[in-house]
Amino acid sequence: MSDLAWIDAAITSARPQAVGALLRYFRDLDTAEEAFQEACLRALRNWPQKGPPRDPAAWLIMVGRNAALDGKRKSSRQTELPPEDQISDVEDVETPMAERLDGAHYRDDILRLMFICCHPDLPATQQIALALRIVSGLTVRQIARVFLVGEAAMEQRITRAKARIAKAEVAFEAPGPVERSERVAAVAHMVYLVFTEGYTAGWETAQARAPLCDEAIRLARLLLRLFQTEPEIMGLTALLLLQNSRAAARFDAEGAAVLLDDQDRSLWDREAIGEGLALMDKAVRHQRPGPYQVQAAIAALHARAETAADTDWAGIEQLYGALEVMTPSPVITLNRAVAVSKARGPAEALAMIEPLEAPLAGYFYWHGARGAFLLQLDRKAEAREAFDRAIAMANTAAEAAHIRGQIDRLTADAAKAAS
Amino acid sequence: MLYAVLCYNSEEAVFSWTAEQDAKVMADLMGVQQRWAHKLGPTARLMPTTAATTLRKGEPPLVIDGPFAETKEQLLGFYTINCEDLEEVLTFCKELGAVNPGGAYEVRPLHFFNNGALPADAVSPRVAESA
Repeated sequence: MSDLAWIDAAITSARPQAVGALLRYFRDLDTAEEAFQEACLRALRNWPQKGPPRDPAAWLIMVGRNAALDGKRKSSRQTELPPEDQISDVEDVETPMAERLDGAHYRDDILRLMFICCHPDLPATQQIALALRIVSGLTVRQIARVFLVGEAAMEQRITRAKARIAKAEVAFEAPGPVERSERVAAVAHMVYLVFTEGYTAGWETAQARAPLCDEAIRLARLLLRLFQTEPEIMGLTALLLLQNSRAAARFDAEGAAVLLDDQDRSLWDREAIGEGLALMDKAVRHQRPGPYQVQAAIAALHARAETAADTDWAGIEQLYGALEVMTPSPVITLNRAVAVSKARGPAEALAMIEPLEAPLAGYFYWHGARGAFLLQLDRKAEAREAFDRAIAMANTAAEAAHIRGQIDRLTADAAKAAS
Repeated sequence: MLYAVLCYNSEEAVFSWTAEQDAKVMADLMGVQQRWAHKLGPTARLMPTTAATTLRKGEPPLVIDGPFAETKEQLLGFYTINCEDLEEVLTFCKELGAVNPGGAYEVRPLHFFNNGALPADAVSPRVAESA
């Protein structure tokens, strides 16, 4: 790996801590970001010659803070602070700084930085864009590419979102335990949104959005490192790892979505699965189940099945039942029905989802699942009707193509029967 | 003499590598391992410390989430190697370091070594082809 690539990775990984600390000093996001930016520029000049500092985050915080203060002093004609190439060599300057960082602030700084992106007034896509910009440090151009919009439009969106959070009251004192756990929950949800934004993309956009999945996993690990004993954060991290382990098998060579049952399981990422299962093992010991853990447990049952036929559908049905109790939603009932159809047949599953027509009449998956159950029951005309409705509601070309395949098979069967 | 080479690096930095960067480093490290294959014993890459659990001995023993030590650089893997002397191990470490930036290698001579009987394919999600 080249020096620059290493420095890039060091800066990326130090960013949440450094910007978080600078935000605490300056209590202003723009100042914090500018200070960090300046520190990065100096790091790029300084590190290749002097070698990387032992604690890149501490270096960036100190140099960033000095640069920003320096700017202020210059404007008021005061003396300058020592330049950063003196700082980086002086162990006794860096060490107490690093020690201070290890203290109580570290965790809350990063949490605060992540939390300001979760402002409830901001729609999900803006929260995601903001988190990618502020916490992950992606450029506006990179974020625009992810969302398939122009750079200027994304710039405007982020500026507006920032203006909104600048007006909001952000507490800079250390949060109490209740507030801290509320922040953790909000941040966990934001990380989950970043992931699903990447994961639910169709094939055409999957390439562009795959970095979102990786970034979400990085953020989840970061959150877990800050809150090592939180079983829901273990569950969240496990969930993302287990879902993402299937990434390489989700689309075929033509870009059509491949259903879980039909995926080539040798393409699943065994390392990600191993880590996800290890985290679930840890989480279960706490005996404090929550929605992320249950979803991860469902993903784990899929991951453990060597073939689709080995899947423990009865176990999955139970887990969806538990999830229904924790977070009741017709979509979860629909998912439970799919497990029921596998475990006990389509008739019972169809009976479960028929009452969901009112809330889910506009939902692609409801029509798709209903069509599949009807087809399994050999009620072909009704299945056809359900598939037609599903196709009209498909969100991506891949979804439409999948239903189109079902319809084509029905049509071919009908033609065969007629001839 | 048998040695363990303990690999320390900032896991935040390592897990910020892109998949391509990670694959490149692992491939390069595999190249170094192949050159030293006749001297190497068991080798492992560890999952991140977020996957770690610590059992603190006592009555009763205390199970804690996370790594034993909170450090700036984390133990991310290890090699075992049979070398003539410290100089030779350090040569091995320098070759590793040349393709794997950041962090440090700790060389620790072994008192006791049991190669074990565990078949490699029974444990690891990814097993080196020519270990």
